[in-house]
Amino acid sequence: MFKWFGRINYAPFTKVDGFAQHLKDGRLMATRCSQCGATSFPPRADCSVCLSGDFEFTELSGRARLHTFTKIVAAPTGFEDVAPYTVGVVDLEEGGRAVAWFGDSIQEGEIEIGMELQVVPQIFEELEEIKVYYSLERPGTEWVKV
Amino acid sequence: MTRVGIVGIGHTAFGRRSDATVQELAFEAFREAVLDAGIERDAIDASVIGAVPEYHKQRSLAGVVQEYLGLAPKPTWLTEVACASGSAAIRTAWMSIKAGVHDVVAVIGCQKMTELSTPEILALMGRVGEVQWESGFGTTFPAYYAMFAKRHMHEFGTTREQLLDVAVKNHHYGALNPKALFRKEITKKKAAASEDVATPFQVYDCCANADGAACVILAGEETARAVSDKPVWLSGMGCATASMSVLRRPNLVGLPSAEQAAAQAFEMAGMEPANVDVADVHDCFTIAEIMAYEDLGFCPKGEGGPFVADRQTYIGGAVPVNVDGGLKAKGHPIGATGTSMTHEIVLQLRGEAGERQVPDAAVGLTHNVGGIGQYCFVQVLTRE
Repeated sequence: MFKWFGRINYAPFTKVDGFAQHLKDGRLMATRCSQCGATSFPPRADCSVCLSGDFEFTELSGRARLHTFTKIVAAPTGFEDVAPYTVGVVDLEEGGRAVAWFGDSIQEGEIEIGMELQVVPQIFEELEEIKVYYSLERPGTEWVKV
Repeated sequence: MTRVGIVGIGHTAFGRRSDATVQELAFEAFREAVLDAGIERDAIDASVIGAVPEYHKQRSLAGVVQEYLGLAPKPTWLTEVACASGSAAIRTAWMSIKAGVHDVVAVIGCQKMTELSTPEILALMGRVGEVQWESGFGTTFPAYYAMFAKRHMHEFGTTREQLLDVAVKNHHYGALNPKALFRKEITKKKAAASEDVATPFQVYDCCANADGAACVILAGEETARAVSDKPVWLSGMGCATASMSVLRRPNLVGLPSAEQAAAQAFEMAGMEPANVDVADVHDCFTIAEIMAYEDLGFCPKGEGGPFVADRQTYIGGAVPVNVDGGLKAKGHPIGATGTSMTHEIVLQLRGEAGERQVPDAAVGLTHNVGGIGQYCFVQVLTRE
């Protein structure tokens, strides 16, 4: 059900669609190649190292460090009503990077490159349909089942 | 293998061109290039069109342009690599001449963007990021480069002032270019008072969407010498890619595709960065020009900010950059930008650039980036 992922989803059909179900259940997953063990975040079904198509999901701690960020004021179609919003790119503790919004636990004024963050699975409570994402939160922030 | 020379160039005014269709824009640039080359239209063996299809209602643009230029039944095809589509068109034309398949090829970069609204364009361009994992967070094209800027400032101490120095320089030169969209000088104070786009960028950090076309006509060496007394040679041609997702890049302070394309182009030309007399680089955002100085080797990594602040990229400095106004002031009709860059360097190497002429320019360079560095094309151009 990868169509659950993202406020707007541009790629509903993928071999890694189990990612969204895990996210809905509070787990942030990377993929690990079943043949050579290479891991990837963002997830990918097909190993970029050994070309194997066999993979499994592996749970990440969500611990991360802020690599860079920006506050988007001029928003694209579909995001005008939530602008301005701040996105960050984080380096994940287990490797790989994620782009995500900052969540409610972080004040705009305290955002700085290098700060420690927690990537936390989230669900849009205000939307009727299931829409999941992850946000950047203060270290130690726990996933809350809605 | 034959050398490839540029024998004709043409360029429309860039801007909001509500007076013309995209093929009409292509025609303006083509007519100027054919007249400049002094050849018959029938001497052209093929055309290559550089454009990004998503902006046009017309499907399969190459065919409609080919018909309107009166080039059918000669071969044509479209190249698309986002904002580097024009340079990709030049590269494929160059390849076809090098391979001996064609002798004279017209390359037309053309784009109409202003029929779409700004939010629509932001959404389209944002999807040059990776749509599966990034676009769902409302990322935009300015936002990606803004994040490069933030990181560059963090690692190297690049300042907000230095970013604005790029904008001020390019508007200074845009004022001297009759084909440019913005022909007015700006001050840092004015730029710093403009609206926020994506921090640290404000409006004057960003190039403008535009309509326009630029054409270059390429020929094999023998024909080039026969038809032109001032051919400009494509002496070094580099092309490289980097991951679509910026999440998988080695760093967010430069474009590895640009470094690699530059290395290839300099090696093929037997030149180095210090040989370049004039350059047109892809300043879609102010930080992009600063990173280009570094990726091309005009200055060491991390020193691009001071390099522009010290006026090293003005005429009279170490290497004049974007003296046509760049994307910033000239406008950025994405498919036309690559051919527009080559057009400018040909003018400079012929000594025909008027008020913005770099004195005695003999070696020029173009640096045309697609997306957020997913694609990069570098040309080293020389005169006799």
